[in-house]
Amino acid sequence: MNKKINLVTAGQIRNDIPEFHVGDTINVSVTVIEGDKERVQIFKGIVMGIKGTGINKTFRVRKISNGVGVERIFPINSPRIAKIEIVKHGSVRRAKLYYLRGLTGKAATKIKEKKRVVKVPEAVVAEKEAPVKETQPEVEATAETNKEELVS
Amino acid sequence: MTGILGKKIGMTTVFQPDGNVVPCTVIEAGPCYVTQIRTKERDGYEAVQFGFEEKREKNTTKPLAGKFKKIKTPMLRHLKEFRDFPVGDLKEGDTVNVDLFKEGDTVKVTGVSKGKGFQGVVKRHGFGGGQRTHGQSDRQRAPGSIGGSSYPSRVFKGQRMAGRMGNDTISVRNLKVIKIFNDSNLILIKGAVPGAISGIVEIYKK
Repeated sequence: MNKKINLVTAGQIRNDIPEFHVGDTINVSVTVIEGDKERVQIFKGIVMGIKGTGINKTFRVRKISNGVGVERIFPINSPRIAKIEIVKHGSVRRAKLYYLRGLTGKAATKIKEKKRVVKVPEAVVAEKEAPVKETQPEVEATAETNKEELVS
Repeated sequence: MTGILGKKIGMTTVFQPDGNVVPCTVIEAGPCYVTQIRTKERDGYEAVQFGFEEKREKNTTKPLAGKFKKIKTPMLRHLKEFRDFPVGDLKEGDTVNVDLFKEGDTVKVTGVSKGKGFQGVVKRHGFGGGQRTHGQSDRQRAPGSIGGSSYPSRVFKGQRMAGRMGNDTISVRNLKVIKIFNDSNLILIKGAVPGAISGIVEIYKK
């Protein structure tokens, strides 16, 4: 993306949203404005897909409401999203879970659970920096050992 | 007319506080240097000539380089006159910035549209084309009749046909300024503006 466009979008990209993946079950708290009143509505469902990058990133959530499948697309940087909670981490082998539309009953809402360390949004940056530093020396070390092996 | 020269950077999204999404074009407008002031007495009309986008002296013709040196501006790539620009205290060598505009202004943007090459009537003029069924062959994107055989027994002038499309000077009026970035000379305009990315556009204040 163009650097000058990044200047424009920089202030708008939200970094308080926790990292979630396709297949996760999440609670999306959406602020609904009715006249002068504001209230928070929760949309709970499975993340079917994540699309776009930067400011245009959106995600699609599907839930079964009264036996009817409901899908909603949220822009991830929207100020309307009050917060996102991860209920369950799902283990899936696809980037887009469109096959869920063809499923009925229990199969439509059940996704195999996956154990993953939940990252706290504020700490995401710090955590990301740390592992990079740790892994780099390891890679170098292995490269050196490979060289030594070759020499010997 | 008050205006400025700019370079189209691309499009992006802006979120309003209520969550509404506004599609915006980012334009790098200015700084424009005043390269000449046309006066009624000398030139027969009033205008201000602006120069935009610096280039190296190596790539400048000697007559133009002489002009830029005389008025003490950098070598400039694009020169454009703005008719009836309110001159005020402006003199040659001065700069005009994006702060000419403010949020909420209505502007007109002029640019050269993307060239589409030789196109048929369906794409170029929005013709409907022919029928797809009922035994038709080779008629799907055809223009149909272009003139009667007995009357007028000729083709009228201006009959819309296939041909070169795009690469025209196009203006879009009544576009709204969403935001101004004075430090980086960027202006955010709601909606699309003519031309390709890094094309030169003129922004006029209404």
